[in-house]
Amino acid sequence: MRVPKLFLFKTFFLISTFCFGGGYVIIPLIRRELVEKHHFLDECELMDLYAMAQSAPGAIAVNSSALIGYKLGGKSGALLCCLGTILPPFIAISVVAYFYTAVLHSVIVNKLLAGMAIGVAAVMISFMLDLIKIVWKEKCALLLSLIVVSFVAAEFFKINVALILIFSAIVAPIRLLWIKKEDTGDV
Amino acid sequence: MFSTVFSLFMCFLQVGLFSIGGGYATIPLIRQIIIDNHGWLTLSEFTNMITISQMTPGPLAINLATFVGKKIGGIGGSIAATTGGVLFGIIISLLIYKCFNKFKESRVAAEVLKGLRSATSGLIASACVMVVVMAFFKSQTPSLANLDIFSVIIFAILLFCVQKFKLNMILAIFIAGIAGLFI
Repeated sequence: MRVPKLFLFKTFFLISTFCFGGGYVIIPLIRRELVEKHHFLDECELMDLYAMAQSAPGAIAVNSSALIGYKLGGKSGALLCCLGTILPPFIAISVVAYFYTAVLHSVIVNKLLAGMAIGVAAVMISFMLDLIKIVWKEKCALLLSLIVVSFVAAEFFKINVALILIFSAIVAPIRLLWIKKEDTGDV
Repeated sequence: MFSTVFSLFMCFLQVGLFSIGGGYATIPLIRQIIIDNHGWLTLSEFTNMITISQMTPGPLAINLATFVGKKIGGIGGSIAATTGGVLFGIIISLLIYKCFNKFKESRVAAEVLKGLRSATSGLIASACVMVVVMAFFKSQTPSLANLDIFSVIIFAILLFCVQKFKLNMILAIFIAGIAGLFI
């Protein structure tokens, strides 16, 4: 599906402007706009693009912008989405760089940001709840347990993300061996 | 001047290539290259930059690249550092996408993708924990004593509105910011 290029740029620019608290926050915001509101992508397509963006080095927000842009609008779409994602933080930092010591010690700015962190937490947890519902529908014990294993490995054992991704990519296809065996068993 | 801008570009190209997992994983790498190898910044300058990068919107790695680039090489430096930082990520993402597209019919590729999807969900959950701890607790070491009860209440109300009434997420973050001024 071809999507208006200007819409892509505008959407990513706006989302990125309010993406406080790191790259992951962009994910639920994109999902709300492109999947729930405008239906340009379905849930699975979006999750696949995130998974690919996560597997490449660099910022997941920029990588997923590039992939979503490419899927919806080709090369120029990818470029526009990336620009939309990068420009707001680029402008913000360029401005703040002139008086950053004042910003560091400003009580109002710190209170505002502490408040926004609460909003970001609500957005992320809401997304997490939706995500669990989606994966639950798959009814696959292996994929469900991979989520738990990845979470525990990253959160409690601080295992390198690359290792977690490689492990999951290798373990998931093993399921096919069982399915194939059952197929031949039936014949 | 040009040589500084060029070496900034090369440095952040390296950072971008070797930072799988993004975000906080990039900090030690940037530190090593910028401070230990080039001596472009002092440690306290760098620490301030990390704090500011967390306060401004957008991915931490981008903010940090822009900031360090600007400090060392002006506007040209910030453009060079930011572009260098994202280039490999974008190229490799697109290659991975094309690769999976080529093997669309393959059942193995589909399963690999499902596995990666699960891993990504787990990693997002891990990011959620960090975000919630930052929102709920007044200090870095969470304990019941420094749990901020007002934060939890605002969180619960916003979560309910976002889930049940599909409240605009940007608006939710904005409302929370305003509420923060009165806590």
